[in-house]
Amino acid sequence: MIELSDFLILGAILFCISLAGIFLNRKNIIIILMAIELMLLAVNMNFVAFSHYLGNIDGQIFVFFILTVAAAEAAIGLAILILLFRTRRTINVDRLDSLKH
Amino acid sequence: MSIEPILFYIFSTILVIASAAVVTVRNPVYAALSLVLAFFTCAAIWLMLEAEFLALVLVLVYVGAVMVLFLFVIMMLDINLARSKEGFIKYLPAGGFVALLIFIEMCVVLGPENFGIEVTGEPLKHAADYSNTKELGVTLYTQYVYPFEIAGALLLLAIVAAIALTMRRRPDSKYQDPAKQVAVRRDDRVRIVKMATEKKQ
Repeated sequence: MIELSDFLILGAILFCISLAGIFLNRKNIIIILMAIELMLLAVNMNFVAFSHYLGNIDGQIFVFFILTVAAAEAAIGLAILILLFRTRRTINVDRLDSLKH
Repeated sequence: MSIEPILFYIFSTILVIASAAVVTVRNPVYAALSLVLAFFTCAAIWLMLEAEFLALVLVLVYVGAVMVLFLFVIMMLDINLARSKEGFIKYLPAGGFVALLIFIEMCVVLGPENFGIEVTGEPLKHAADYSNTKELGVTLYTQYVYPFEIAGALLLLAIVAAIALTMRRRPDSKYQDPAKQVAVRRDDRVRIVKMATEKKQ
């Protein structure tokens, strides 16, 4: 029998992998955006698992809205990324420090 | 032993490996394809959790739209692959340590003693004629109808913002200005010239 905690720990593993990915990929914004998508997936996994084990459909409704927001976030994030590349010719996170100087 | 735990562990192994590949591979195209695999496997796990509609939406929206968008952007940009993994080793201890710490803390809270089968009880098994889509729709269009409309407005906003951000007007491209077209007068276009008739040759 699969327990609720199995799903929650799977979500925790996914969340921590994507968190480490944000730490490690300092040269590439695209990978960071993908890690954020993965983080949202981990959160959605928790919502769906709770919804199933508690017999309440509201968790799945919330996943629906998170998917909407994540799609909007991905579209706008990629648009900003394209704009950034067009003006700076780089997507290196370490070199995007023009506001500092 | 039933087949469900075996399937669960197979899918979770694939999911963890694919998501680890997303953050570690050098080539962003491979990272995007690993993310597709991760989403697809996650959809399979959601099917096991009887969230059929969301599993299909995950495949359609994420694999079909968002990841294709990611692949388009990756292929459009000219990314320096050799330099894209610089600093990976440098940040590995800090990133790994923080991730491990958060994972341990989460395990303490989310472990079997708090969310095990003895605490939550057996999940409700639905009959074969149970429709997850219908249940979702009934709740979404009655209790959550205002959030649903806000979500629609949010998507419209995202469309407008994405187009407004990426649209650029090339200075050398030819385009029509309707205001100028409407404002044009006869005298701007036609000039009547009076001249004497020429003699026949």
